[in-house]
Amino acid sequence: MEIKVACEYDIVIARSAAKTEAKKLGFTIVDQTRIATAISELARNIVVHGSDGIVRIEEIEKGDRKGLEIWAIDRGPGIENIELALKDGWTSGGGLGIGLGGAKRLMDEFEIQSEVGKGTKVRVVKWMRN
Amino acid sequence: MKSEEKIPILRIEDALLASIQIPLHDKLALEFQHDLMVSIEKTRAKGLIIDISAIDVVDSFITRILVEIARMASLMGVKTVIVGLRPEISITLVEFGVQFDGIETALNLEKGLEKLRVWKSK
Ligand SMILES: Nc1ncnc2c1ncn2[C@@H]1O[C@H](COP(=O)(O)OP(=O)(O)O)[C@@H](O)[C@H]1O
Ligand SMILES: [Mg+2]
Repeated sequence: MEIKVACEYDIVIARSAAKTEAKKLGFTIVDQTRIATAISELARNIVVHGSDGIVRIEEIEKGDRKGLEIWAIDRGPGIENIELALKDGWTSGGGLGIGLGGAKRLMDEFEIQSEVGKGTKVRVVKWMRN
Repeated sequence: MKSEEKIPILRIEDALLASIQIPLHDKLALEFQHDLMVSIEKTRAKGLIIDISAIDVVDSFITRILVEIARMASLMGVKTVIVGLRPEISITLVEFGVQFDGIETALNLEKGLEKLRVWKSK
């Protein structure tokens, strides 16, 4: 499933979609909330800092484990210093600066790639507990 | 231009009560903050209760809005209590690392009012 993220309303659509998918897969309400909160942060980053983005939600499997993989991809200005961007409390403006760090803590896997002038890709995964 | 959505603000005892029933966006949040401060001025309310039990995602955006409201209200001599955090939200907030700086919370409306009463009688 792919959701275009261009304005604030899309943030709600993206996180609701992630929550619905998580519920369908059988994640607990706490995990659904962790996932939806992380996606809310990533989608907001697209709207506030990036531009022209999408959130992609996919069911994945590894051995007998099921999981939800979510990509947040944009073609915005990119992040110059990823290490700094991940630091809690650091913001280039306006936010609390805990979105990326928080999303990382709430999910099981977190990867970020960014190229200045090209855009940013964040991949997060939550695994179901067997 | 004002947006059509609005968060109703009710009077209960000498406090104001606002239940956030719809997801906040930037503009709505700013209007909400403004409406609250105007209501505080008009009603001379002593306390403010914000009910977030209808909210299923508390991200850093809404946290910032709530913390700001509590700060603004505090400048007007009004104490804020946030009520109705669902269990899954409390768990998520702690792991997330969000800080509800300077915000009082209570389980529900009743406990929130109780907190305000205790505070007032001090
Ligand atoms: N998609 C993105 N495109 C460009 N910059 C980004 C993106 N996501 C995050 N950033 C940068 O990383 C910083 C930290 O992000 P975050 O932790 O979410 O905090 P906040 O959004 O509150 O600033 C942002 O202030 C911004 O500079
Ligand atoms: Mg952010």
